[in-house]
Amino acid sequence: MPVVSATPASTLRDSFSVSFTVGTYGAAFGAASVAAGFSIVQTSLLSVLTFSGASQFAIIGVIGAGGSALSGITTASLLGFRNGLYGLRMAPLLKLRGFKRVVAAHITIDESTGVALSQEHLGQDAMRSGFWLTGFGVFLFWNLFTLLGAFGAQAMGNPAAWGLDAAVPAAFAGLVWPRLKSHSDRALAISAVLLALALTPLLPAGLPIIATALLAVLMGMRKK
Amino acid sequence: MSAMWWGVIGTSAAAFILKYLGHSIPERYLSHPRVQKINTLIPIALLSALVAVQTFTEKSKLSLDHRALGLSVAIAALLLKAPFPVVVITAAGTSALVYHFN
Repeated sequence: MPVVSATPASTLRDSFSVSFTVGTYGAAFGAASVAAGFSIVQTSLLSVLTFSGASQFAIIGVIGAGGSALSGITTASLLGFRNGLYGLRMAPLLKLRGFKRVVAAHITIDESTGVALSQEHLGQDAMRSGFWLTGFGVFLFWNLFTLLGAFGAQAMGNPAAWGLDAAVPAAFAGLVWPRLKSHSDRALAISAVLLALALTPLLPAGLPIIATALLAVLMGMRKK
Repeated sequence: MSAMWWGVIGTSAAAFILKYLGHSIPERYLSHPRVQKINTLIPIALLSALVAVQTFTEKSKLSLDHRALGLSVAIAALLLKAPFPVVVITAAGTSALVYHFN
């Protein structure tokens, strides 16, 4: 574990600002989860144990729309796959065994990996500090704001009266927007929208969403 | 046990296994460029599908209601490069207004 006092000030600053900003999104998750019918305990457990934003939104989104647990878990896992790829990148940097590796794996997410990689010019110690500080920082704020959002939504009552039923798809739109970098990304997004809507009356809830992963696989297999 | 509890436990277990595997398996198994490419495309497809299903369907039927207007405002906010909380809050506000006047 790095000693905080030996950490460059800019690494501390980056870690904190990313942790806080991303952590506040936890409020949107907490509110959406309660609006989808999950209890406050279930909502909090998702933030503590799953600790991966897109997967968490996916499970509450699919089950909230009437999908089965299995289709929700499948969708969430497809979205969580990239954390595994981050682990591949972080493992040689962290060189951990046993319990420390378990802890590091749990906090291997977009933000901890992102900050670690952005510290490369300051050396490996700064990269490791960025990983741990951001991982723990996001964990702290994400869980805090999840609770705030969950209690807030519970106090509000009917989700539609407060626009929470539109806030959830808006949050997904906000998550996917920065990923639409090329024409083919946008084409994929639009195809996925159309396919999911076309399949909705035909398949059990949840499956139309999973089916769109096939579009991604087909597009990814295509030679450039 | 309810679908929600299965969802909480299953999603958490799967999320951790995926993270831990990344820290434990040799890099060559997952670093193929095509795997990487598909991995960046899958979230685009799934998240876009989730937006569509949550906005335009109700109990497995297509539906056009207050949520569609909320999402339109969210997309306008994204086009104007608004920060994430602004996107979510303006969408919620619009949707709630339409809901009340219906």
